[in-house]
Amino acid sequence: MVKLTINGTVHDVSAEPDTPLLYVLREDLALNGAKYGCGVGQCGSCTVLVDSKAVFSCLVPISVLAGRVVTTLEGLGTTDKPSPVQQAFVEMQAAQCGYCIPGMMMRAEALLRLSSSPSDDEIRTHMQPNLCRCGTHMRIVAAVRRAAELRKSNGLRKS
Amino acid sequence: MRWLARVLALIAIVAIGYVVWAWRPSLPDATAPTRAALNPELIRKGAELAAFGNCAQCHTAPKGKLYAGGRAVPTPFGVVWGPNITPDLETGIGGYSKTAFIRAMRDGVDRRGRHLYPAFPYDHMAKMTEDDTVAVWAFLLTREPIRQSNPTTQLAFPLNQRMLLAGWKALFLDRRAFAPDPNQSAAWNRGAYLVEGLAHCGACHTPRNVFGAEIKSAAYSGGQADGWNAPALNLNSPAAVPWTADRIEAYLRLGRDDLHGASAGPMNEVTQSLANVSAADVAAIAIFVAHIAGNPTPERTAAALKKAATQPPSGVQVSQAPGATVYAGACAQCHGGNGRLPINPAVNLALSSTARAPDPTNFFNVVRGGVHQPAGIAGSFMPGFAEILSEVQIRDVAAYVRESFAGQPAWSNLDAKPRRTSAGK
Repeated sequence: MVKLTINGTVHDVSAEPDTPLLYVLREDLALNGAKYGCGVGQCGSCTVLVDSKAVFSCLVPISVLAGRVVTTLEGLGTTDKPSPVQQAFVEMQAAQCGYCIPGMMMRAEALLRLSSSPSDDEIRTHMQPNLCRCGTHMRIVAAVRRAAELRKSNGLRKS
Repeated sequence: MRWLARVLALIAIVAIGYVVWAWRPSLPDATAPTRAALNPELIRKGAELAAFGNCAQCHTAPKGKLYAGGRAVPTPFGVVWGPNITPDLETGIGGYSKTAFIRAMRDGVDRRGRHLYPAFPYDHMAKMTEDDTVAVWAFLLTREPIRQSNPTTQLAFPLNQRMLLAGWKALFLDRRAFAPDPNQSAAWNRGAYLVEGLAHCGACHTPRNVFGAEIKSAAYSGGQADGWNAPALNLNSPAAVPWTADRIEAYLRLGRDDLHGASAGPMNEVTQSLANVSAADVAAIAIFVAHIAGNPTPERTAAALKKAATQPPSGVQVSQAPGATVYAGACAQCHGGNGRLPINPAVNLALSSTARAPDPTNFFNVVRGGVHQPAGIAGSFMPGFAEILSEVQIRDVAAYVRESFAGQPAWSNLDAKPRRTSAGK
């Protein structure tokens, strides 16, 4: 048994310790936000956060996750209460086929947790590991920019 | 007290003599040549040579303007900053006449007469023909002048006394021109000329002495560059399967080889640079480097391949080592026997020169930072694992790969602190 802390909940998982996190999320825990794209850390559609860092969940054996905090797309928000990043991606209509978008949102979330108003250059550099085969990159960059604004205005409302 | 006066006088005479000997005059400012005044063929040749010399690597800041300088070159003596070599008069080399440029390349002295630190490999550039040196001058002096001041190199006393470098040069700078070996082919000699001269392979692949000079008796037996180990190119090479000229040529152009691995760190910039130059010259380099490597006989290659084939091909081997789990969940997807990379497949770790190297530095660098290409350039890719694997987990996987695949004695210095690389990864 491996204990995993995902979106604030502790799960006891019976998968083998060398199983990549992606398969545990999708097959054991029905958390289908992270997508299987390439399975070899080249496309980013499986991106999740581990301790606020964006990682390819297809290359993370669950054995290395003891004591660490995993956040998946489901941990950001819901359809009724989307997080700033989710709301921004909807507003900017950043998706075409949409398969890469969960990973894009998670990587954007990692950036915005570190940097509240990233420059376009920082956004491009940070998002570089995640691929979009439809070519909606311009809208994705715009969505990350918008998400930064939403996070700031949300923060202002709260305070 | 007369003896004291004599000693002091002697010291003064020696010191004055040294300064006179070490002093180099400032050369007059020249007007940069116009493109129209130069033979386009000369400029084209200079561009090609600059790519072989990979001048851009040390003379361009990360994400900076080409040749405008500003890259920190770490040395054991401190950081040396690559200067601006665009033809800007104030901040670059716009004022360099041919004579001043040749002096810089051969004698390591700038136009104003300052001795340059040997991080600039003039010990290799001195081997170039005058025609080739002038071609590089023609190329650089016709680039777009970029006004960019860079940090000045400030080494600690006494290294900041540049006059001392005259002594260094007297000891270590061989100003003799390249001498072809009449017993070797034209291609071999062309390769030797490039490797020992302009391409300055030894600057990284040859170990240096305490004065920072290459140890000629240990030429190509492995050195260091920017937080990476430059593997031995001679018979000490960590290659599981001996390099052949064909494979070296393909590696230098493509940045990877199935039987050895992908270029990473500073070598990746070299292979990027060599991807677009004269194929004949890269082939010549490969012929000479294969000679350094001890041209393998077909029998030696076959025996090595056979031995490698008997190594475990993938992570199927049962092991209780903690690194085995990490390997199976993070590495085997690409490096395992059924690795799923259709293009630029990951190297079999039983063959990987990095896994077989005597020191784990490059293994750690690659696992932490991955292998990346500049934006828009195709090539090998590996994600870095620094954000997900702890240092302990990386050491575990290093120990496992070393034992289970590389078949080499365990690395003894696994606890070594991470070294800083200028790429920051």
